[in-house]
Amino acid sequence: MQCEEIAELLPQVVDGLETADHPLIRHVESCLRCQAELAQYRRLLRVLHQLRTEVIEPAPGLVTEILAELGEAGERGAIRSLLSGRRVAYLGGLAVAAGAAGAAGAIVLATRSRRSARLAS
Amino acid sequence: MPDELAELVAAAKAGDRKAFDALVQATYAHAYTVAFRLTGNEEDARDVVQDAYLRAYRGLKRFRGDSSFSTWLYRITANCASTQLGRRSRHRHEELDDDAPLADERPEIDPELRASAESDRERVSAALLALPPRLRAVVVLRDVYDLPHEAIAAELGISEAAAKVRLHRARRKLRERLFPLRAEATGEEDARAV
Repeated sequence: MQCEEIAELLPQVVDGLETADHPLIRHVESCLRCQAELAQYRRLLRVLHQLRTEVIEPAPGLVTEILAELGEAGERGAIRSLLSGRRVAYLGGLAVAAGAAGAAGAIVLATRSRRSARLAS
Repeated sequence: MPDELAELVAAAKAGDRKAFDALVQATYAHAYTVAFRLTGNEEDARDVVQDAYLRAYRGLKRFRGDSSFSTWLYRITANCASTQLGRRSRHRHEELDDDAPLADERPEIDPELRASAESDRERVSAALLALPPRLRAVVVLRDVYDLPHEAIAAELGISEAAAKVRLHRARRKLRERLFPLRAEATGEEDARAV
């Protein structure tokens, strides 16, 4: 393998050289230029990993903004659930009323049909 | 997960709003750091963090604790940052080519000033900011925050293969920026340092 080919592969294998193909490993072991490049990648990865513990302090006020936003979202959610609760109660009332009206209608019809049957006899 | 955070998460899941507020207080600086590293600017980072906490609050019941709360929050932050960056690029029509050379006029990442006594962390942080956003997102999530490829692909809305290609491009660009022309000049020295 040529150094140019190895250079293409180094960013892929830097965090697991042991899993790389044998020709690549053999080349790196015998090539100072590729070893140097691999060392640079390793150093880069080490520093990138160290950044995890760093904290970039935001300008003041961010936490207040987040909590205010959450408060508003909470209120919106409460209103929504209240409205949906009322909607359920309203639909339930309508269903009960419709049921009652249907039952009354059935009774009236039954009474009328009984009366007309009596008259006919 | 530290015990204190675990207790707050459990209380917040049970509906304790004050516990969630305390979670925000305990984690917002880290979440902001992730957002800043992903978006590269303060204004976007603030929007992303706010959006991330809203989503976390609404989705907290779905958090099963398979990963730490911080990792879960980082994933949400990554997803929000991806949405925000997509919105930005649509507005500005300035999608950067992944292979374009890194150019940034800000003095803190000027190559000439870079030679001064900057620490490795500062130099790497500056180089990260100079990457195209979609390369930066992948390398930050993988090499800084250690998220698996699968999670990165899911949160950025790309395939795992695409996430890996972007990661390798990002690493190459960072190395080229941080160690220009050094391979030949100091090759032996660097090799011995491994």
